[in-house]
Amino acid sequence: MGMTITEKILAEHASEREVEPGQIINVRVDIALGNDITAPIAINEFKKAGALKVFDREKIVLISDHFVPNKDIKSANQSKLLRDFAKEQDLIYYYEVGEMGIEHVLLPEKGIVLPGDLVIGADSHTCTYGALGAFSTGVGSTDLAAAMISGEAWLRVPETIKFVYTGKLNRWVSGKDLILYTIGDIGVDGALYKAMEFTGDVIENLPMASRFTMANMAIEAGGKNGIIVPDKITEEYVANKAKREYKFYSSDKDASYCDVREYNVSGIEPQVAFPHLPENVKGVSEVGNIPIDQVVIGSCTNGRLEDMRTAARILKGRKAAPYTRLIIIPATQWVYRQSMKEGLFDIFLDANAAISTPTCGPCLGGHMGVLARGERAVATTNRNFVGRMGDPESEVYLTNPAIAAASAVLGRIGSPEELQNPGEIDEI
Amino acid sequence: MKFKGKVWKFGSDVDTDAIIPARYLNTSDPEELAKHCMEDVDSSFTDRVKYGDIIFAGKNFGCGSSREHAPIAIKAAGISCVVARSFARIFYRNSFNMALPIMECPNAVDVTEAGDEVEIDLDRGEIINHTRHKTFNCQSIPPFMQELVQSGGLMGYVRKKIISSH
Repeated sequence: MGMTITEKILAEHASEREVEPGQIINVRVDIALGNDITAPIAINEFKKAGALKVFDREKIVLISDHFVPNKDIKSANQSKLLRDFAKEQDLIYYYEVGEMGIEHVLLPEKGIVLPGDLVIGADSHTCTYGALGAFSTGVGSTDLAAAMISGEAWLRVPETIKFVYTGKLNRWVSGKDLILYTIGDIGVDGALYKAMEFTGDVIENLPMASRFTMANMAIEAGGKNGIIVPDKITEEYVANKAKREYKFYSSDKDASYCDVREYNVSGIEPQVAFPHLPENVKGVSEVGNIPIDQVVIGSCTNGRLEDMRTAARILKGRKAAPYTRLIIIPATQWVYRQSMKEGLFDIFLDANAAISTPTCGPCLGGHMGVLARGERAVATTNRNFVGRMGDPESEVYLTNPAIAAASAVLGRIGSPEELQNPGEIDEI
Repeated sequence: MKFKGKVWKFGSDVDTDAIIPARYLNTSDPEELAKHCMEDVDSSFTDRVKYGDIIFAGKNFGCGSSREHAPIAIKAAGISCVVARSFARIFYRNSFNMALPIMECPNAVDVTEAGDEVEIDLDRGEIINHTRHKTFNCQSIPPFMQELVQSGGLMGYVRKKIISSH
């Protein structure tokens, strides 16, 4: 019997010839990751266990990205724990404010995570790296502590659902819309405990930024990992970033899937996920008149350079509507500098946008754009749970960057097609 | 392990932001986290929850973030066990890793209501609802997970492994 790409990577890292769904295995970890919320508990557990040294100082990554630059004394103390531990253990992958970025955008950008890797991260969106053809999944702080000591993690081999996307993408439709549509189809637990393998000619032609966005939100369908078989586009992305060997895995033709779901994308328009679950999706044309108070463009889901460019194309020569706050957060220092060099910041500033240094910030209601009671935001982020961006009586609507930018200009949820002279917006 | 307590009932897709809102994640102190457990869903929960109480919930309990603060907050609030139709996977593994007892048992969830007196025998996979005079047998947990719980969680398991390998 053939194996899926997920099964092959797991088998390789468990030193087994083959593995099958349901089996519990112990795997070697190539990279273990923690952030300023999850790593403090892991560091504490590490010390409590009496451990002195991490198993490999080149395989642990610590990044303060959620509440930085630190928003209060408590969060400063948490970041300090990471800093002190990184110093003490002489970790090679520790990024300070000023060189950091949102972890899931930064790690691929720096070539820290590569195709064929097995990655665990104490952050649910660790599944993002599946876009590179790696097995990558979110775990808890105790898992991180154990991996820092032993270099290993326990995993249950997941069944795989295959998603096949065919047809031609409509204008303004990106990876964000494909994954929101998929979550709308299968529900927030539709892939519970399972691997989500994204395939089809649409995926084969999809740029890396959109692939990252899709794998990133696998967790929003309950998935253990999202994964895309690496190809020419992957190779182009990693070739000049990798500083060590990497390996391309693919799924066998006779691999077994617990379900196969096919989508003709020509019927999919830009998606809007309504409060308070990512599965509550509607096409943007069905939204109706929903006035908004704030727009956030950024996050590990949509804070990449391509997302900044998309927002800029729509915002060029336009302004955020009166009383509508537009907050733009490039996800890494590199995205920030590149956006500046390309003149995107002038466009954003002319549109009355506030541009922030990289941070997860408002996505989880941390800082840099927390909502008041009764307020409504459009965000390119990944979750719209009750109270996610602030007051429990506020609301978050999830969209792609094009819809978010257009909504900022309109002062309500809407599409670039509803702007004056939409024809003048360059094709993306 | 056996537990007896009063039931708190919640719906489906209770997310980790509901269990412990991110605005309180600038600390990992269990007592501090417990003060805000389930706050946005039921603001009276922390005042009224009693040591040993049991949570019953619908499908996909603990979906969303990987924050271990969620099971920590539940445990520190005094909850002895969580029973759900199903659990989100990171919450599921976090609970075993830190030895918070959880059980998947849809039949028991369907019948049990808030305030019921319930007794749970983790080893036998049995739930007795004394209020409704019903007994449910649940799926037993895989041997590896049982070993985790018996070791006091993942760190205990890792310590045991390291000791036995020397």
